Amino acid sequence: MTYLSGKDMTAGYGGADIISNCSIEVSKGEIAVIVGPNGAGKSTVMKAILGMIKLKTGKIILDGNNITKESPQLRVRRGMAFVPQNKNVFTGMTVQENLEMGAHLREDDIKETLNQIYELFPVLKEKKLQLAGELSGGQRQQVAVGRAMMTKPSALMLDEPTAGVSPIVMDELFERIIEIKNTGVAILIVEQNARQALAIADQGFVLVNGQNKISGTGSSLLSNNEVRRSFLGG
Amino acid sequence: MSDSFKSTLAFTIMALLLFAVGIFQSWSLSLTILNLCLISAIMSLGVNIQWGYAGLINIGIMGFAALGGLAAVIVSQSPVVEAWQVGGFGMIVSFFIIVFGVLIIIVIRKKIHTIMLKRFFIFLVIILMMILLNKFYHPAVSAIESVNPAKTGFLGGLGMPIIISWFIGGLLAAGVAWVIGKVTLSLRSDYLAIATLGISEIIIAILKHEDWLARGVKNVTGLPRPVPYEVNLQNTEWFINLVEKINIKSLDRIIDLSEKKDLLRSLVIESSSIFVKLCYSGLIVIVLLIILYLSNRALNSPWGRMMRAIRDNEEAANAMGKNVVKHHLRVFILGSAVVGIAGAMLTTLNGQFTPGSYQPLRFTFLIWIMVIVGGSGNNLGAVLGGFFIWFLWIEAEPISIFFMNLLTSGLSESSFLKSHLTESAPHLRLFIMGFVLLLTLRFRPKGLLPEKVRRV
Amino acid sequence: MTYLIDVINALALLSNFVIIPAIAYGSQLALGALGITLVFGILRFANFSHGDLMAFGTMITILITWLFQSYGLTLGVFPTALIALPFAIIITALFCVLIEKTVYRFYRLQKSPPVILLIASIGVMFIINAIVRVTIGPNDRRFFDGEKFIIKAGQFKEITGLNEGIAIKSTQVLTLIVTIITLLLLFWFLQKTRTGKSMRAFSDNEDLALLSGVNPDKIVLITWILAAALATIAGTLYGLDKSFKPFTYFMILLPIFASAIVGGIGSPIGAVVGGYVIAFSEITLTYAYKKFFIYLLPENLSPTGMVQLLSTDYKFAISFIILVVVLVLRPSGIFRGKTL
Repeated sequence: MTYLSGKDMTAGYGGADIISNCSIEVSKGEIAVIVGPNGAGKSTVMKAILGMIKLKTGKIILDGNNITKESPQLRVRRGMAFVPQNKNVFTGMTVQENLEMGAHLREDDIKETLNQIYELFPVLKEKKLQLAGELSGGQRQQVAVGRAMMTKPSALMLDEPTAGVSPIVMDELFERIIEIKNTGVAILIVEQNARQALAIADQGFVLVNGQNKISGTGSSLLSNNEVRRSFLGG
Repeated sequence: MSDSFKSTLAFTIMALLLFAVGIFQSWSLSLTILNLCLISAIMSLGVNIQWGYAGLINIGIMGFAALGGLAAVIVSQSPVVEAWQVGGFGMIVSFFIIVFGVLIIIVIRKKIHTIMLKRFFIFLVIILMMILLNKFYHPAVSAIESVNPAKTGFLGGLGMPIIISWFIGGLLAAGVAWVIGKVTLSLRSDYLAIATLGISEIIIAILKHEDWLARGVKNVTGLPRPVPYEVNLQNTEWFINLVEKINIKSLDRIIDLSEKKDLLRSLVIESSSIFVKLCYSGLIVIVLLIILYLSNRALNSPWGRMMRAIRDNEEAANAMGKNVVKHHLRVFILGSAVVGIAGAMLTTLNGQFTPGSYQPLRFTFLIWIMVIVGGSGNNLGAVLGGFFIWFLWIEAEPISIFFMNLLTSGLSESSFLKSHLTESAPHLRLFIMGFVLLLTLRFRPKGLLPEKVRRV
Repeated sequence: MTYLIDVINALALLSNFVIIPAIAYGSQLALGALGITLVFGILRFANFSHGDLMAFGTMITILITWLFQSYGLTLGVFPTALIALPFAIIITALFCVLIEKTVYRFYRLQKSPPVILLIASIGVMFIINAIVRVTIGPNDRRFFDGEKFIIKAGQFKEITGLNEGIAIKSTQVLTLIVTIITLLLLFWFLQKTRTGKSMRAFSDNEDLALLSGVNPDKIVLITWILAAALATIAGTLYGLDKSFKPFTYFMILLPIFASAIVGGIGSPIGAVVGGYVIAFSEITLTYAYKKFFIYLLPENLSPTGMVQLLSTDYKFAISFIILVVVLVLRPSGIFRGKTL
């Protein structure tokens, strides 16, 4: 059952289209990964699904509702959460305040979710009164994911969550993402580290020049010769 | 509407407005406005070079205009020999102390890399400089300022024709702009704006309080003119003949000889003032045309294209890295020099240098309104803005008074509100200026005569 | 023993002419700089109309004070302006919201570069300037009533038996108390409340704040209300302490900018520290220490000159000089504000 999908999306900045007729979908409790070479339009797909750039054609469906015309803020209210690649924490605020900001829209008690996040990322509990700007790269990513999780999202989107973190931290981060998936969240990831990302993916989308090249389950893409040759380095 | 038609139309309307002032108010007023319109146009050309070409936001126009004014004093005043005798040596020594001090600091900044050590040495040099200056500078200043303080009390100048100051004023402003630009141009937009505003206030503070330089707030009045004096004209044969010839018809109508003589006398007096103003107009127009011609050439040259590319495309600008600062420095110096020239002309026209009269509202922000309203990036636009805004600035007062009278016509003559409102009507011109700026920014952000769109 | 009294005399002298005036002036600058820094942090532009906004707020306070006085309503030993202040804040806040809706909102939605907003603020500056001058005139106004001194120099000398007196004006103490209360409230709001936190978040990382569901319109509105309140308080305190003159308020813009930038623009704590740094620099650098050293040094070492670092002529220019030096050497300020 597809939960979030972008169908036949065409979009770009100014005159040029960066993605054309591109389709992505993800179900609840699944991880979908978008991979592809640099400049393939991976991040643009993410921005289009979130409503940060306008679609020229195509539509976005969330839980059966057409949300193509809605603002990013409205989509956030509907349960979409996004972790940008850069500048994804409030550097001048403490870890706890970052998490609280994530829950800005919620009116109910956020303590429980806060504790869940601290369980998921124990290091954040230790450093909850420290400024997010003073944390290491990997810890910052955890804050960023934690902030997004505070909204109790039904769909979580991550733009290159492992960019610039060490391999050990990367493995740990992917483990946490799987844990989040197991709570029934639909997860969409854009990744540079294609091999590791596809290994945890239920669905994989290979993008080239803003178009769908190959799609399939994560394991089928990993074993696909063409994908191996072009993106996984043999 | 084609661009050239639009500008012709705009300038024709401007000319008609000035004619209307001549007919309904007086020709003398009309010419006064025209002369200041012309000078404003030059200043706004200067700002346009910085803002319109390169997107540099310089809110220190006032300082450069005042430096031009200072040049007018220094060039035209004769040297005060006695002041030089008592304080000249101390001043020259002080000058070298400052120059050497700054040079040593620059060397320290470049050569010493330990921060603590660097700070210590710079601090040391500054203290040393202050002690030395205390020995030479302060005694020299008091000596100079006590030489006939009612009349001179300053070092005087070079005793050259004042018109040379138009050139020197530009040079002086350019020199100071070089120093300021070196220091501030690596800052961006908002910070540059605030820094230049601060620096212009510092310049004015120095001009106000360093009496040895240009008498400070005691002012220098009675600057020599580049044009004839009214009194001399009134006794010059050819001028009287000219006035007689022009007014021959109205003169012929009068039969009584002494009456005729009186009329001619008053006509000569009136005409002499107009003639002087016309001479000024002629001089300023020549300068304006030269600067306009050069600005336009620069704008259309490869250099101008590059400046616009840097302005419009941050990526291109960043790709050029340090070069951007270098190019910006050049633009900053050029624009400031033009403002300096205009400043010298303004002081020449006023015949006096009064540091206390430099206020940012009039000398910085008003000029900015001229450029924005006229059309930043377009030289003719900047000139038009200078004309239009200055015209409005002067005529806003009678207009405001007229409207206030209309507004309060229902109130009794003795009403407090009425007298208060009519009294404060002149301040409404500030309101009109702000309103015109906001309207332009909102509905015609490219100004009355927009920048021509060019494809590179 | 006599030397100890000399030292106390010297300190009393310094307190009277340097420390107490600087604390009062610094508080006024700090409140003004906070307004600038909040607007910069949220709306990302240098608001050139803030000095005139202070004048506007003060003008409203004065008008309401006159109204109260005409009904015979006063506060006894305290200035009547204190009861007028809350009303003036409300009116100034409404005025600011009106300006936001009619002027700034358009550029905000267009995502115009900050420079355009800066230029728009120059237009607003002209307009507020005109409103103030048309309404209350360009002249100097004093609107202080109540008890002028808490302790006069003469009284102080009588009580302590010292040579040097310390005079404490009630406006100086009032300035300090009102400033402390205002700062406590403001920092409590920014640190502890939900709205305050979302303001900080918005200032820290606008995109992420939007992604977290922060409503930008609300944040901007609250920013203007806070800026208006701070401007009115700062302006009124300055006017009570010295006097109200529209031109002075226009000129105070630069020391305020200097305070905000020295502290680190966008950083509220920086604005407060910056305010005191500027005030103390202005006063300590232009104070003539001759008498101070006469008390402290043995007679044969007594200074002959004024022992003044800079002539008082340049008092106002000091803030500009500090401003330029800081901009050049450390544009992010003491507290690492935002660099553009």
